[in-house]
Amino acid sequence: MAENGFRYIGKRRRAVEHRRFVTGQGRYAADIQLPGMLHLAIVASPHASARILSVDASAARALPGVRAVLTGEEMQPALDPMLPGVDAPAVTRFPLARGVARYAGEWVVAVVAESRAIAEDAAELIQVEYEPMPAIVDPEQAIAPDAALVHPAHGSNVIFRREFVWGQVAEDFAAAPNRLSYRVRWGRSATVPIETFVVACAWNDATGLLDVWASIQMPKFPDLLARCLRLPGNAVRVHFDVDVGGSYGVKRGLKHAILAGYCARMLGRPVRFLEDRLENMRGGDMQGPDRVFDVSLAFDEDGLIRAMRMRALDDVGAYAGRAPFQLGKPVGAIVGPYTINSVSYEAISVLTNKTPQEAVRGFGQSPTNYAIESGIDKVARFLGRDRIELRRRNLIPRDRFPYLIPSGTRYDSGDYAAVLDKTLTAGPYADLVHRREALRAEGRLAGIGLSTCLEPSGGNSSFEPLFNPKNKTTTWMDSCLVRVDLNGAVTAVMGTSSSGQAHETLVSTVVGEVLQREPDSIRVIHADSLNALPSNSPVGSRMAIMLGGAAAGAAKRIRASMMRIAAHELGVAEAELGWSDGDAYLLAAPERRVGWARMVEIAHREFHRLPPGMEPGLQQKFVWEVPTGGDLPTPDGRIQMYPCHSFECHLVLASVDPETGKVTLHRYVVGHDCGVMISPDAVHGMTYGGVAHGLGAALMERFAYSPEGQLLSGSFMDYLLPSAQEVPPIAIVDHCTPSPLTEFGQKGSGEAGYLGGPAAIASAINDAFAPAGISVDALPMTPALLWRALRGPAAPRAATADAPRHSEEVSAA
Amino acid sequence: MKAAPFTFIRAEHLQHALGLLAAHGGDCKPIAGGQSLVPMMAMRLARPSVLVDINRLPALKTWQIGCRGVRMGPTTRQRDVASDRQMHSALPLLVAALQWVGHVQTRNRGTVGGSLVHADPAAEQPLVACVLDATLVLESAAGGERRVAARDFFLGSMVTATTETECLTAIEWPAWDGPGVACAFEELSIRHGDFAMAAAACQIQLDEAGICRRAAIGLGGMSDRPLAFPDLAVSLLGRRIEPGLARDVAETAAERSEPGSDIHADTAYRRQLGAVLLRRALLRAVRLVPAMAG
Amino acid sequence: MTQPIPIALTVNGTPRQALAEPRTTLVDLLREHLGLTGTHVGCEHGVCGACSVLLDGEPVRACCLFAAQVDGMAVTTVEGLAPERGALSALQDAFLECHAMQCGYCTPGMLIAFTDLVARNERPSEAEIREAIGGNLCRCTGYQQIVDAVLHATGQAAHG
Repeated sequence: MAENGFRYIGKRRRAVEHRRFVTGQGRYAADIQLPGMLHLAIVASPHASARILSVDASAARALPGVRAVLTGEEMQPALDPMLPGVDAPAVTRFPLARGVARYAGEWVVAVVAESRAIAEDAAELIQVEYEPMPAIVDPEQAIAPDAALVHPAHGSNVIFRREFVWGQVAEDFAAAPNRLSYRVRWGRSATVPIETFVVACAWNDATGLLDVWASIQMPKFPDLLARCLRLPGNAVRVHFDVDVGGSYGVKRGLKHAILAGYCARMLGRPVRFLEDRLENMRGGDMQGPDRVFDVSLAFDEDGLIRAMRMRALDDVGAYAGRAPFQLGKPVGAIVGPYTINSVSYEAISVLTNKTPQEAVRGFGQSPTNYAIESGIDKVARFLGRDRIELRRRNLIPRDRFPYLIPSGTRYDSGDYAAVLDKTLTAGPYADLVHRREALRAEGRLAGIGLSTCLEPSGGNSSFEPLFNPKNKTTTWMDSCLVRVDLNGAVTAVMGTSSSGQAHETLVSTVVGEVLQREPDSIRVIHADSLNALPSNSPVGSRMAIMLGGAAAGAAKRIRASMMRIAAHELGVAEAELGWSDGDAYLLAAPERRVGWARMVEIAHREFHRLPPGMEPGLQQKFVWEVPTGGDLPTPDGRIQMYPCHSFECHLVLASVDPETGKVTLHRYVVGHDCGVMISPDAVHGMTYGGVAHGLGAALMERFAYSPEGQLLSGSFMDYLLPSAQEVPPIAIVDHCTPSPLTEFGQKGSGEAGYLGGPAAIASAINDAFAPAGISVDALPMTPALLWRALRGPAAPRAATADAPRHSEEVSAA
Repeated sequence: MKAAPFTFIRAEHLQHALGLLAAHGGDCKPIAGGQSLVPMMAMRLARPSVLVDINRLPALKTWQIGCRGVRMGPTTRQRDVASDRQMHSALPLLVAALQWVGHVQTRNRGTVGGSLVHADPAAEQPLVACVLDATLVLESAAGGERRVAARDFFLGSMVTATTETECLTAIEWPAWDGPGVACAFEELSIRHGDFAMAAAACQIQLDEAGICRRAAIGLGGMSDRPLAFPDLAVSLLGRRIEPGLARDVAETAAERSEPGSDIHADTAYRRQLGAVLLRRALLRAVRLVPAMAG
Repeated sequence: MTQPIPIALTVNGTPRQALAEPRTTLVDLLREHLGLTGTHVGCEHGVCGACSVLLDGEPVRACCLFAAQVDGMAVTTVEGLAPERGALSALQDAFLECHAMQCGYCTPGMLIAFTDLVARNERPSEAEIREAIGGNLCRCTGYQQIVDAVLHATGQAAHG
């Protein structure tokens, strides 16, 4: 038996999926060829806000090879709207605009043709007459009383607003000897997968079934698609055996699928929409959080932080799917890893005439961690204390778990100080201090950055009722079916798509562990939405917990069935049997055994030897509700958000060329605790990737808009993704505090790296700039921004210390 | 992003290509590597109705190194120049610049001439051409051969002196003779291989006493075309290029440029960047001058 | 004539022909006309490198080439990297060993770029490895395990 007690779990293992990827045999949505397939292209609004006066498609329709040209006028009556998750029924959304375009890039006309090239030729011939209107681009202006409304029927540009007060915030602020306030900005970026969104739909008149292949990562996608197309739920079949080329949250192409599905039904031929990169950046609706945080902290002379006030203003763009919920999920880790006693949190989600925001890796936790960690560093600087020691003062100690935070979530387990120590040792920190001094001696501005951040994992629907009391949902399950066939081979079935998380490897490892059968002999397949058990897709770092848990549950039921067969066969009680490598044996006399093949034979073919009342065959399902799930929020908004809590600590050495503002990262170490890792290589891989995402968000990625609402970084020439020459080597050190809530002690991971990265890089830059008395409080920290910060007025962005017993108002820096 | 329809013709010889240009004028474009042109066509920013492929004409792909410099065919691959030993000695500034141009894959297909006629204001090869005072040889079916100095060739962003019926058929790069020659190319972009926010190039010649006897300097990405500063270079002659002088010359050059503003760099930052990069280039070139005897 | 023209190439050692409009890029010819979907499209403007193939043995961006330009030339795609059916190249095997991918979308381009690198340079340094894929973007891996795979494939100790 291996040292961690597991045979397969936690071991290095070649990922099953990778065999097809290295030989170019992956099956991505754009690889699917359907006979007679047609292709879609889009005419998009060039204006951020405009009335659509007329559409002249006569020349386009006349072009040979064009099969259809569609406008919102024609399509919308046949569809149900996509609705936001918050209570704003007037903020309706359809694939094609009708009457009004609300952002530059919004789809106005769809063209279907024999080839994508012809569809683009036709799109160019379409004349749309617009009457431009004033565009609202700044979220602070958008909430002003006289602002032009993005959705007049909604009556306001605020799509969601709520203030939560947990604990004695006012009292804690009044009693604290020190307070400071600051503002930080998280610039609009996203995870931008290399594969754009692709969907192919085929409608069959005879079966009344819409088949869908899509690069999708979205909970409830088949159901929402059916609903919007006004089809019964069992008239849509989404094929989850499509390899998705990266998603990290954003591949929620519901509007793409509605459009393609509608066209497929209308034309009676398969239709594919393969979003090109320009369409994706501007009109794919996959941009990320765009936030201003105003934060106040109340703290003691020794740095213990008593209370926090946070106001988060998020610009969601012209429509809102799940994006406002990205202000809600962080409620489940609103104090980070710290013993902050009370919190008030105001979340404001604002509409503007920009590309809509979608779920991005972490679902709002990374910006929130950036806001919290910025404050920790500012408190340290204010008190003249070391940032590491200040964190130690405030980290939740290991003996306080499960730890209840003011907003109602219990952190299941953790040892944050241990991870911090391991990270510092791995630095090694003392060496980084030396190197920082050496870099400073060379004339560079050099700094060490640190962040200690929560990664809530497991997922839950909890932020839905939190932000929309009319929505009383508490379910967030996942499932697995395991079957052993007549030949004794094991197959496991999962009910959602994968976008690089190695789920097939995860499930086969787990099932192999339980059945003690070689994981490589276990095949994992993806069901389609008609024959799948319920799933909520890989979001919220949930699959190791939920799919892993369901796979373990199903495998345990298989083993129990087989033990029952063996016990019956041997005429003994099940408690007298042991299990080894898939064979059942009598504990008292191991030579008496029933082998795997024999149990399979009995199950499938010898009904007369089956225990009475038992189903023939060997198949078991397991549908699992999220642990700690099932509760609705309290009236003051306290809720157990996610079940398990992973943790990461980033340590970064960075330097800045003072003459150019260019940043170099010299050392990057991540300490990571996600409980028991089922597939360590997969976990590490996603952590490295998360660090790279975080680096991009921190230093170079930005969806920049002109004052007129034009996207200025709409291609890869201007939206800059870090390459292997920008991402430094990354060292990961692991720690393990198992979760008490899961089968193997696993917690979720998959957002790691991204959740603590930007905070750590900002921490390093601010450490570099601290000797000059300058603070940088906005991301991304591009060379131009840093250069300007070094030359601007001395300390306008430094945190302002509030006098004790100040009024309740937050003073923005 | 599919290009608009066009007719594709492979040129059998240069006159064939020139004849097509004469016949179709502005509707016809020569294509060599395509690394700049094809993405433009994919975005439908360029839409020639005839594309004439000149990439396989042997005479256009080669170069000859002579006593005064290099005569280079326009479809010479960037990768071939960068990896050639003789080029390292003959045209060190071009070789230095090529380290900054795109990535391995783009240099495998991209051509020197293609970059020059594309005339992106932030591109490296046009800057080198201006600094070295190269000559571009243009040819048309009706007009024969025409020689244009690089400094007169770049007229604006993506705009050159090439007429609709002309094709670039050679580039004449002057080489500097004698000992004491060194050069440096500096560039700043957020990522490796991106177009520069600003770039600086210089080539100098110092005598045994370290006195500057010849100099050429220029800035890229600081205007709608590459900028060379022959008169400022003159102010380096007869002097030691020390940090103060280098800074003064670099700042003067930057002050004379008209840097634009975009989401990556505003005018003030870009101007300052140009000054910093040119100063650093000059000082690095000084350090690179082969050690003198005595 | 903008109508489809015959284009003949050698692809992975096999002569192939297709009839395609001149505006068809090499990547679209490979994927849509020749059924070789291992080469991927990420941006269509020459930045991401997902479309990388070997052209006469050198890595190029197949989205920045019209198929007509490469008539008569030899193309190698990811489907042609394995020495024979059922086997893998040393690089492909190293990618499996070192978990050098997640979604797999950039992987063919990475393998193409590295096939060229190791043919030119038997023991590339980490800097050389990163430079070889400076034009191949990945959003999943943060590049660490990819670098480790190439070090592993070239008999060098992986970084971490």
